[in-house]
Amino acid sequence: MNTDSLGFIFLNAALINNFVLSLFLGICPFLGISGNRSTALRMGVAVTFVMLVSSAAAYGIHEVLAWLDALYLQLIAFIAVIASAVQLVEMFIKKFSPALFRSLGVYLPLITTNCAILGVALFQTLRSYGLLQSLVFALGAGVGFTLAIVIMAGLRQELDLADVPKLVRGAGLTLMIAGVLSLGFMGFAGLGG
Amino acid sequence: MRAIHGSESKPLFELDTFLEGLWKENPVFVQLLGMCPVLAVSNSVQNAFSMGFATLFVLVMSNMVVSLVRKWVPNQVRIATFIVIIATFVTVAEYILQAISLEIYNNLGAYMPLIVVNCTILGRAEAFASKNPVLPSLVSGLGTGLGFIIAIGAMGIVREILGAGTFLGVPLFGPDFEPWIVMILPGGGFFVLGGLLLLISFAQERGVSLKWFGARTQQTGERP
Repeated sequence: MNTDSLGFIFLNAALINNFVLSLFLGICPFLGISGNRSTALRMGVAVTFVMLVSSAAAYGIHEVLAWLDALYLQLIAFIAVIASAVQLVEMFIKKFSPALFRSLGVYLPLITTNCAILGVALFQTLRSYGLLQSLVFALGAGVGFTLAIVIMAGLRQELDLADVPKLVRGAGLTLMIAGVLSLGFMGFAGLGG
Repeated sequence: MRAIHGSESKPLFELDTFLEGLWKENPVFVQLLGMCPVLAVSNSVQNAFSMGFATLFVLVMSNMVVSLVRKWVPNQVRIATFIVIIATFVTVAEYILQAISLEIYNNLGAYMPLIVVNCTILGRAEAFASKNPVLPSLVSGLGTGLGFIIAIGAMGIVREILGAGTFLGVPLFGPDFEPWIVMILPGGGFFVLGGLLLLISFAQERGVSLKWFGARTQQTGERP
């Protein structure tokens, strides 16, 4: 498969180089929030949405800054735009779906400091994707993030009932499980062919 | 911040603030912040220490500037201001690293600009530098940054020795050594960090609360 084709970009971002399990982006919500499957799913959808918005914005910014020959401003512009995009999404959801807004609650503003969002913007610039490629990449990254966080939430729900020694409960055990999960995702490496 | 800062007379060189960032409130091992770079670029000693020192630089400089401007920043826009200050210093660090070694810069790739969203740095700016004078903020940044270097350096050393059988590229074992490839792979990052955390909680459970860092550790380190 051609590495620039849209299908490959999507598969690559979602499974082969999963954002959480192989690129280690978005670890904080992955370890902190996952614990309940439905919350994890909603969080994943919100992150995917912000990724799509900020990916389109980052593409525009890169074009403008390259035209102005001011690429050293790129990082500052990206982070400012992501912060405002999150604000925008928050207002949008509050206006059109108050129920969803209430259920997402505090997670929405936290998305700003999710490194996966800035990661999408940086990687698409680094690999010089076009607009459509960037959007597909953002969608794939979002789907991959949602997949990882939902699987992890399911595992942790089971773990709460398991009889684990008190000593190893907590972040250490969660990381070990994440490691096993990451090994599992390596099985997708052959998918690109 | 605990009562440590307010209630006691200031010791020499803000030692408490320094040690708190370095070990007692270690950003990675205790606060579980800034895990992304710790997991992602700790696959070799060189990468790990480059990332550590870049983070230290950004942490100290942004802490200093945040502390300098803290009286003029309105409360509503403080987070945005802090992020812009941090992003500025990350850009500076990026260009400095590019000048020092293009090879390391390329190895770190997108993780270098991602220092901006390292929660450790924003956390220090918000929790400490925005409320304290310049000198304690500098010391706090230095301690936390060195604590971060300890964590990411430990990860890098373990992963390179086991995963490649080398230290800074120098082979350690004979030709018969079969490297544990998994340690270099993403899964290995999770395993090593998980293992280190388990080791620390095991040590704390046994009452080894690192007493040589001062008697106060006993109060905060011990669990009921």
